[in-house]
Amino acid sequence: MELTSHNLKSNVKDALGNAQLQKALSNVPKGFIDKRAKAAAALDEFEALRDKGREIKDHTLANLDLYLQAYEQKVIENGGHVHWAKTAEDARRIALEICQKHNAKTVTKGKSMITEEVELNEHLLENGIEPVETDLGEYIIQLRNEKPSHIIAPAIHLNQGQIEEDFRRVHTHLEDDRDMSEPETLLAEAREVLRKRYFEADVGFTGANFLVAETGSSVIVTNEGNGDLTQTLGKVHVVMASIEKVVPTLADCSQILRILARSATGQDMSVYTTFSTGPKREKDPDGPDEYHVILLDNGRSDMLGTEFEEMLRCIRCGACINHCPVYHSIGGHAYGSIYPGPMGSVLTPSLAGVEKAGTLPNASTFCGRCESVCPMRIPLPKMMRHWREREFEQHLQPKAARYGLALWAYFAKRPKLYRALVSFAMPALSLLGGTSKRISSLPLASGWTKHRELPAPEGRTFMQAWAQREALKQEAK
Amino acid sequence: MSENNNPKVGLFVTCLVDLFRPNVGFSAVELLEAAGCDVDVPRAQTCCGQPAYNSGDKADTKEIAKQVLDAFSDFDFVVAPSGSCAAMIKKHYPEVFEDEPEMQAKFKALSEKTYELVSFLTDVMFITQSPGAFSGSVTYHDSCSGLRELGVKEQPRKLLKNMDGVEIREMNDSEVCCGFGGTFCVKYSDISNAMVSKKTQNIDDTGADMLLAGDMGCLMNMAGKLKRQGSKTQVRHVAEVLAGKLDGKPISGE
Repeated sequence: MELTSHNLKSNVKDALGNAQLQKALSNVPKGFIDKRAKAAAALDEFEALRDKGREIKDHTLANLDLYLQAYEQKVIENGGHVHWAKTAEDARRIALEICQKHNAKTVTKGKSMITEEVELNEHLLENGIEPVETDLGEYIIQLRNEKPSHIIAPAIHLNQGQIEEDFRRVHTHLEDDRDMSEPETLLAEAREVLRKRYFEADVGFTGANFLVAETGSSVIVTNEGNGDLTQTLGKVHVVMASIEKVVPTLADCSQILRILARSATGQDMSVYTTFSTGPKREKDPDGPDEYHVILLDNGRSDMLGTEFEEMLRCIRCGACINHCPVYHSIGGHAYGSIYPGPMGSVLTPSLAGVEKAGTLPNASTFCGRCESVCPMRIPLPKMMRHWREREFEQHLQPKAARYGLALWAYFAKRPKLYRALVSFAMPALSLLGGTSKRISSLPLASGWTKHRELPAPEGRTFMQAWAQREALKQEAK
Repeated sequence: MSENNNPKVGLFVTCLVDLFRPNVGFSAVELLEAAGCDVDVPRAQTCCGQPAYNSGDKADTKEIAKQVLDAFSDFDFVVAPSGSCAAMIKKHYPEVFEDEPEMQAKFKALSEKTYELVSFLTDVMFITQSPGAFSGSVTYHDSCSGLRELGVKEQPRKLLKNMDGVEIREMNDSEVCCGFGGTFCVKYSDISNAMVSKKTQNIDDTGADMLLAGDMGCLMNMAGKLKRQGSKTQVRHVAEVLAGKLDGKPISGE
């Protein structure tokens, strides 16, 4: 995973200055927030299902080795193959080996964040194999040679006009008068082009929303049906999923499915929910000849037993991202990780190290909106704070911030000294505000005054005034 | 302290009220006294410790928390004119001491008796009428901690509606963060600016005379931006309006 999270501040500048991006981002809240709220309100047991979902995942994580082994066993019984990938590199190597074994020239792909995490497309291309993204959003960003900016809506940073331009650039067969102004017409065109590619493809890659230990099934949810074609039309179906996707039973899976789409897009269910259990059996009319599962760890087992374990409950619905005012302001690419928003700010340091991604958990106001909508009740702000604690322990924060904090804490822990200081400083600062009672620039406060006035203090502190009030009261007695 | 049956309330002033707008503190005292509380203000308070806590500095957070615990040990209630500081004491202090069960028990007891000002007035003292008088249109911003950690939403609106002459004009996205976030607003000032700019747009769109909220941090952020944009909207802490103490300088300056 290539990270530019350390460049967050310059990424942010670019994002805030990008008019196209800002226009696209203005659609994010309207597209998701009301729909989720309505869907949640329409289901009496929604809150109870959130509790249940948390319970299922906590139980699974506490027994993860057991359920993974049970899942592997079932996949093998069904005639499939399971490959364990400790690192991203392992996952790429295993995927390439499977493709090479079948002399694959092209592979189709359903939407999968795990293949983004391990940079599968780049690796396949380097080895002469063409990956074809079949999810419309992924297809668009592949045309543009970009990364997804959102985990469920990869092209949400784009406007219709930009997408139309890309289609006309690449789909040279398009007549000039062909209407490409609606999402539906874009989808129809992508479908037409992709239809051929499904049949040409030797291997189909998908991710998984769930892996069911009880049956050995992998489960995907999509709205376009592209995942189904990807996994049934190729000779080989390869599922690449991370280890925390496992759930014990089909019943557990269906419980969580009831909150997944509602939290993500406000749909009761996604249009397609597809269970794949092994390769084609003798009497099956279709399906792949081979079925492989690549199980990726890539740092996740190190999160078990730590204060970040709860992050492994995440079902990638994107609700935290959809509700994040920071994300609404800067979009997904600025985070410099394929996992943006609150979930990315917790997960990325876990996968890449806090020394590389420590900026992310700092770029939050802790407004708590993410936690309030997370279907799995992951305490995202608390975990971002835990990353800040790790940073503090390792002295990773900028020197000025560290010294500033230490100086402030020195006084905050000594009330008498603090009183003496502020009783002198605040009246002085008040004078600086003049009659307008506001301060437009102040040394060491440029972070504030760059964009806002600083209200000047009244003058005396509350404590000074209170002491006087109490003294007068005593005299009166 | 007086010898009667009135609840003994310790006012946690909050550092921003103490330093920038004492009038908010005196408004809080007036509201509490009008509700029948005996109010005192322990001298040994500085800050709730959020700057340390949110910077990952647990050791200093603990020391400051213990200071608050000691300073407020003799009171029936601890009340703060801030959802953020009240939530720090009520929700986060016990979390900070997860690894020290004995201390944690003490902080849980402190948590039980700690409240944000307006919700204390309505939910504990069952106040429905506030002593102040104000006539004009107001819009109310729901500060994040108060709203999501303490459930403060209807309480201030209820009291404002019961004041003759107050018209509440709800802004769009009143529950969305204003971009203050403590040190966030200086560390990531550009993101913060984008957030507060959306907020001031929503405030302006209401055409209300006055912006109210229950937290000085958010209020200073929004007031600072409104002023920079040349807006005439007055910005005040909700306690000032409820108490009718409108003689002091508004947070927005003049």
